[in-house]
Amino acid sequence: MGRYSPITTSDQELMLAKLGLSSIDDLYKQVSKDLLIDGLDIPSGKSEMEVRQIMTDLAAKNKVYRSIFRGAGAYNHYIPALVKQIVSKEEFLTTYTPYQAEISQGVLQSIFEYQTMICQLTGMEIANASIYDGATAAAEAVNMTMTRKQNKILISETVHPMTIETIQTYANSVNNEVIIVPQKDGVTDVEKLAAMLEDDVACFVLQQPNYFGQIEEAEKIGALLKENKQKFIMSINPVAGVKLKTPFECQADIATGEGQPLGLDLAFGGPYLGFLAASKEFLHKIPGRIVGETEDTEGKRGYVLTLQAREQHIRRERASSNICSNQAHCALTASVYMTVMGPEGLKDVARQCYSKTHYLADALTQIPTIELKYPGEFFHEFVTTSTKPAIDILEKLDEENILGGYPLNETDILWCATEMNSKEDIDRLASIVKEVM
Amino acid sequence: MKLIFEKSKHGIKNDMLPPLDVPEVELPTMLQRKQALNLPEVAQPDITRHYSALAKRTHGANDGFYPLGSCTMKYNPKLNDEMASLPNFTKIHPLQPVETVQGALEVFALAEKYLCEITGMDKMTFQPAAGAHGELTGLMIIKAYHTAKKDFKRNKIIVPDSAHGTNPASASMVGYKTVNVPSDENGCVDPEELRKVVGDDTAGIMLTNPNTLGKYEENISEVTKIVHDAGGLNYYDGANLNAVMGVVRPGDMGFDVIHLNLHKTFSTPHGGGGPGSGPIGVKNILEPFLPNDHPVQETSGKFNLMKPEQSIGRVKGFYGHFLVDVRALTYILYLGAEGIPHAAKTAVLNANYLMEGLKEFYKVGYPGICMHEFVLSLKDIKKETGVTALDVAKMILDYDMYPPTMYFPTIVPEALMIEPTETESKETLDEVIRIYGEIHETIYSDPEKVKSAPHRMVVKRLDEVKAARQPKLAYQFD
Amino acid sequence: MKNPENLKYSKSHEWFKELTETSGQVGLTFFAQEELGDIVYLTLPEEGDEVAQGDVVCDIESVKAVSDIHSPVSGTITKVNEALLDSPELVNEAPFDTWLFEIEEITAKDDLLNAEEYTKFVEEEA
Repeated sequence: MGRYSPITTSDQELMLAKLGLSSIDDLYKQVSKDLLIDGLDIPSGKSEMEVRQIMTDLAAKNKVYRSIFRGAGAYNHYIPALVKQIVSKEEFLTTYTPYQAEISQGVLQSIFEYQTMICQLTGMEIANASIYDGATAAAEAVNMTMTRKQNKILISETVHPMTIETIQTYANSVNNEVIIVPQKDGVTDVEKLAAMLEDDVACFVLQQPNYFGQIEEAEKIGALLKENKQKFIMSINPVAGVKLKTPFECQADIATGEGQPLGLDLAFGGPYLGFLAASKEFLHKIPGRIVGETEDTEGKRGYVLTLQAREQHIRRERASSNICSNQAHCALTASVYMTVMGPEGLKDVARQCYSKTHYLADALTQIPTIELKYPGEFFHEFVTTSTKPAIDILEKLDEENILGGYPLNETDILWCATEMNSKEDIDRLASIVKEVM
Repeated sequence: MKLIFEKSKHGIKNDMLPPLDVPEVELPTMLQRKQALNLPEVAQPDITRHYSALAKRTHGANDGFYPLGSCTMKYNPKLNDEMASLPNFTKIHPLQPVETVQGALEVFALAEKYLCEITGMDKMTFQPAAGAHGELTGLMIIKAYHTAKKDFKRNKIIVPDSAHGTNPASASMVGYKTVNVPSDENGCVDPEELRKVVGDDTAGIMLTNPNTLGKYEENISEVTKIVHDAGGLNYYDGANLNAVMGVVRPGDMGFDVIHLNLHKTFSTPHGGGGPGSGPIGVKNILEPFLPNDHPVQETSGKFNLMKPEQSIGRVKGFYGHFLVDVRALTYILYLGAEGIPHAAKTAVLNANYLMEGLKEFYKVGYPGICMHEFVLSLKDIKKETGVTALDVAKMILDYDMYPPTMYFPTIVPEALMIEPTETESKETLDEVIRIYGEIHETIYSDPEKVKSAPHRMVVKRLDEVKAARQPKLAYQFD
Repeated sequence: MKNPENLKYSKSHEWFKELTETSGQVGLTFFAQEELGDIVYLTLPEEGDEVAQGDVVCDIESVKAVSDIHSPVSGTITKVNEALLDSPELVNEAPFDTWLFEIEEITAKDDLLNAEEYTKFVEEEA
């Protein structure tokens, strides 16, 4: 039976004797007898070897595709060996939240470095130490913009459906209204947006590139919102963010995004990484932990968790967010990834994703009946539409161990190509799809 | 120590990708960012040294005794990490066809089955990312329940004054007002005081058992009945489950919804502050409200994802912290039916043994048998010597040991909350008693030394006021 | 620090200084800032806010705590001391000389304590 405790039977006897007790169950004498259970109806404990076999068998029931052409919120990127090795260091894995600053300078400095990198990526002035994922980062950003007189939320129809649903779920519980701004030709209908900017609207949420991979008119939207009184929340893909105009350049008030592409495994959806950055005016409204630089009593540079009076452990019911544990280890992974890749490496990733996706789009649209659904620029995802069922294409690809694009409905597919897809992969995919049509 | 940016040298690039093998297409210039992207340019040998240096300035449960009350810093088994690294877990896309991820869905289903048995609940979702996130989800479910019954006047959540800060904060996020109920002299919820505050505006109560003082709530069944009789629901904060798992079950105590902290009770690593996992367990009456994309096993035996009929929606993208849940499942399989209660009982034994040894030197906040943790109050020491709980915590650092939780729960003045967990040996506990005794001596013989601690860390005490008044939150590039 | 005689006090540790019959200034007492510790941030009410005696109008943060600030009288807020947003430490340095907000059209102000009563109240509380 599996145990990790070093306490032996003879230890137990000695300890109980010191406490003047005869049995370990005496420690539970305050528990009413009717609540004590008779045993657990779960399997008996096992040896490490047996457990390994069970878990490995479970894993074997999952299929790992040779090629992945699906994004839709989770992206297949190359993760350098050094990243995995560094983040698996036991100190980083088993350490607690760095409340005791003097013994946690390593963690605190790594978070400070992460915050800096997120500021660089988004162009914004301040960043926090992470939120659970891109969807919750957007929901927390929305909360930051709520005021007494402004409690309506506008979201573009082109934002990831799971992000919209998360924001809606958060808003429902406090009766804040969520209004969807419709799309036109695969991007936000800016004219309609302008007409919806009522005084009681707190913010507008945009995703760049959007769910369909299309590039939004973020600068135009930013200028529009600046003229009015609504806050602009821009949720970005960090790889595309290396090349596209930054949230800062688009006059966003708050930048959020899903950091999974920055060195985190696909991992069936989690754990991922939400990043959040904002202009200085939001300093006291930012949720979650923040690390700041300071000095010790001898003038030496050091790092601490700061502005903690924003947080739940001090503000309690007056806190604007309840977040406690965040995605610290995932944030570390992202900052190691950004360090190993460096700015040129990241630009290379972005460049390759952009070029390969356009190469894929060209190859697919040359096949009869397949067309691009939307006009306009896209980054590393795009939607095709066809008169033939999407399922036929995807099943054939599946047989060839290729995970094709994500079926949005019976005829439309959302494709993605990254640096992990070679020209041969793409050519092969195109020829298989051609056969199907 | 330098920041990674201060080690950067222009022109260094680590070769990770092959050259572009398709024709290059340029993003239109007017769409391109002009703002600089200052990221480190450091070669791999120097990167690895940088992070080694950071690791040396980090102290994990792997390095020594870590008695943080309410955090359950137990041993993080390495088998768990290996299983969470299996390619057939790490390389699967969340939107793959359901037939191709049956193993992943079965992980969720098995974890749900075993944890429901351990907690006495009927269904469980793993979507919430952490304990606080679980609280949020659970409260949303409570609200949805009352709303579905058109019971709109229930706008208050009751919490004991000893509650963790996330409890009232979560209540506020769901639009509930928090009502505090005072603890009695034993640190427990007083049923009489509770009766005064419940009413038809009570949506529910949030409790943990054992409570944040490490005391078992003897009247728990009476307490949950009072809330049920008033029409409210009972929420269990599972942070302290390590004291009672396999011995008693929150579902049997009258709780309708619970959250667990897998990164506490179920051994998944803390990672410097996350990722955790905060699954929510519910009784059948609340099942219809669970979040979207709930893994279920159909009658055919196949696993699928479904949306409960009156689902609250979703609280984050995808399905939850899958790799964290893989670790927790591995742990549960290893410990098994006998190992789970054994771990709990040993945790409680260790805490009582340690408390017995320490009470010679320090005042115990609530005397008598404790559960997995206990609180010391240094109020008298502060009065006599001026030395505070914070000072003592900083002094403990000089012994290369992690201090207990300070100043929580807030109802105990100068609190130090200690939770050894079951994975500490008797020898370690005896050594801890010896060290805390030595510190006690120093408090009276040389209080200045304690007040100016730590002396042996890489930094002395840090200026937190400056950090807050003059916030510097990112490195400034020239 | 002694509690100045010319001020009135609330039990939630705010001081009130009469400017005219129906207007005055509000600040925090020495005791309040000492309990809080080094102040790092505060919010201020909005000009035009109508408040009742005892209402929470804003809050004040130190490194480790946050406290509500109540209005000791009923009335309408007319001016706020915006300089404090950048220099909250002034409340620590000169609590009785640092006003947070001005209030006019005052109605309820009779329950306030005088300096002697407040000093006694603080002693008993501690």
